[in-house]
Amino acid sequence: MANAFTGVDFYDMDSLLSEEERAVRDTVRAWVEEHLMPVIGEAYIEGEFPKQLIPGMAELGFFGANLPEEYGCAGLNNVAYGLIMQELERGDSGIRSFASVQGALVMYPIYAFGSEEQKKHWLPRLAAGTDIGCFGLTEPDYGSNPGGMITTARETKDGWLLNGAKMWITNGSQATVSIIWAKTGSVDDTKSIRGFIVPADTKGYTAKDQKGKLSLRASDTSEIVLQDCLVPRDAILPKSGGIKSPLMCLTQARYGIAWGGIGAAMACYDEALSYSRERVMFGKPIGQTQLQQSRLADMLTEITKAQLLTLQLGRLKDAGTMIPDQVSLAKRNNINMACEAAREARRLLGANGILAEYHSMRHMANLESVYTYEGTHDMHTLILGQAVTGLSAF
Amino acid sequence: MKVAVCIKRVPDMDLRFAIGSDGKALDPAGLKFDIADFDGYAVEAGLRLVEQAGAGEVVVVSVGPAAVQETLRKALGMGATRAIQLEAAAIPFDGMAVAAALAAELKDGGFDLVLFGRMATDSANQTVGPMTAHLMGVPCVTAISKLDVADGRGTAERQLEGAAETVTFPLPAVVTIDEGLGRPRLPSLKGIMAAKKKPLDVRPAQLGTASLTVDHIALPPDRPPGRIIGEGADAVPELIRLLQTEAKVL
Ligand SMILES: Cc1cc2nc3c(=O)[nH]c(=O)nc-3n(C[C@H](O)[C@H](O)[C@H](O)COP(=O)(O)OP(=O)(O)OC[C@H]3O[C@@H](n4cnc5c(N)ncnc54)[C@H](O)[C@@H]3O)c2cc1C
Repeated sequence: MANAFTGVDFYDMDSLLSEEERAVRDTVRAWVEEHLMPVIGEAYIEGEFPKQLIPGMAELGFFGANLPEEYGCAGLNNVAYGLIMQELERGDSGIRSFASVQGALVMYPIYAFGSEEQKKHWLPRLAAGTDIGCFGLTEPDYGSNPGGMITTARETKDGWLLNGAKMWITNGSQATVSIIWAKTGSVDDTKSIRGFIVPADTKGYTAKDQKGKLSLRASDTSEIVLQDCLVPRDAILPKSGGIKSPLMCLTQARYGIAWGGIGAAMACYDEALSYSRERVMFGKPIGQTQLQQSRLADMLTEITKAQLLTLQLGRLKDAGTMIPDQVSLAKRNNINMACEAAREARRLLGANGILAEYHSMRHMANLESVYTYEGTHDMHTLILGQAVTGLSAF
Repeated sequence: MKVAVCIKRVPDMDLRFAIGSDGKALDPAGLKFDIADFDGYAVEAGLRLVEQAGAGEVVVVSVGPAAVQETLRKALGMGATRAIQLEAAAIPFDGMAVAAALAAELKDGGFDLVLFGRMATDSANQTVGPMTAHLMGVPCVTAISKLDVADGRGTAERQLEGAAETVTFPLPAVVTIDEGLGRPRLPSLKGIMAAKKKPLDVRPAQLGTASLTVDHIALPPDRPPGRIIGEGADAVPELIRLLQTEAKVL
């Protein structure tokens, strides 16, 4: 058994964190070590989300932790929130995905676009994990271009009638409530996109597990079908309006994902480093060879850069001056960095690196999903390109 | 139920550490500090006692410089009611110096129980609890793994080599805690936020006279590398010879 994970901190980033931010990080780190690490390998192989962990995560306050206390949340700042995501993803991207969706994609839109009654009803339940949420934006034919969606919501005398299909929905099968994005106007009217709170037991709502995943196996990914699914008039998120509303949610989630990438990369670096010290080949530890040191030096350098970049992003978010393009840069950089780190760590581990007993290959496979969701790496390239040239290539 | 828990801020001894240039203390560079392991169990025990009683308070107390406030706030984050820092420039090595300060603070505090960890994970002296009990003039039970309180008396279990011993004692009392009582809970995120608003009083520590000083600390010598003396049955005579002459275990 390897030593407990103690983080990677080459530039004394701890000194840039407040006592409270470090305390939050330490609680999540200890929880991951004690509760997630012993079960994650098996859950991954079985292709099951470890549901038994939900009550413990809720009790410690992991869900929607940057939302206010009056709704049953912890009221943390965004740096502390980011550190939660970092530590969860140190364990597994699937667990971080669960928390990201619950907090940034379900609780956040209710908080930002919901009525006071909706907030009072849903937020405490979601924070307590008694309700599990999912976020339905992507459709089979509209991934990178969600504004093209064809799911519709039509106002009738009994409420809103939803029709359409959503694809690749994290937490889809286990969710008790879903935030569904649909057009209330014609299919080419992106301004008519609105969010709806749809309980999973609504007639006409079905979710089906996506089978055959080779990535994020310890996460539930599902397809959702809405067939004449009737929800009450007050199911609409009153302050949502246009494609910018779901994009605002994605900015929240991507911000957390940027931190998460650091966590996954740290896990891989940590594993590679300790393996390199112990594995003896040709009469000396492989860590004493220049090739493996080069791998480790690259990983350490990229992790350290990402840490400082992302901390500053968090400080901007807390100051209220962060812009979405800055989140794109961090998501793009950090997840690509984590993909590289995981692959190099896996290679350094030799044959052992392909086993679920070690972590790098699980991270490597997981990170391919993270590279693709929440705006593919390419889309963030185009967003940055547009930001600097003023010319849209998409 | 009014419980005091005395906690010490210690370096994490699982991390690599070096000895400072004076040879008398650890080199503080790169050390991470936390509540001593058994003291965490003591905080947990205190919280459970008060939760079971349904009313009361858990007061955490620590002797040392300003940095111990972080350790105190961790205990507040776990759920302790309030905290007291007994301010001293450094944490004295001599248990008597610390015990005097704690006893002076706690003697007239009206506590039913004063809890300690079985020992601090850095100095491992196991003295401060019993010394504080003596100075307070109350009974002391050490290294307990179970504790019940009813009608002004305590019943505690101690794990001995191959046996369990149950002792009863009147309250108030000092008790030092081993692991059995339940793993320390993690400070929840709400708890961490709430801790900032809980009272943390700072008073000068009335340290006792220290008569012990650390002369020097040394790391254990490096283990010599292993040696392969041969393979299969042919190697056995040489192995036996070395076990007799070199390792001297046969
Ligand atoms: C495990 C997992 C979980 C997910 N969870 C959710 C969820 O909870 N909720 C949700 O709504 N969605 C979710 N998604 C969906 C995810 O956001 C989409 O998969 C993503 O937006 C990409 O869409 P797509 O798969 O349709 O790819 P496409 O958009 O078809 O892209 C295919 C390729 O083309 C590239 N491409 C696309 N457009 C351009 C262009 N203009 N120029 C150059 N290249 C381009 C892309 O970068 C990509 O390489 C999840 C996906 C996965 C894999």
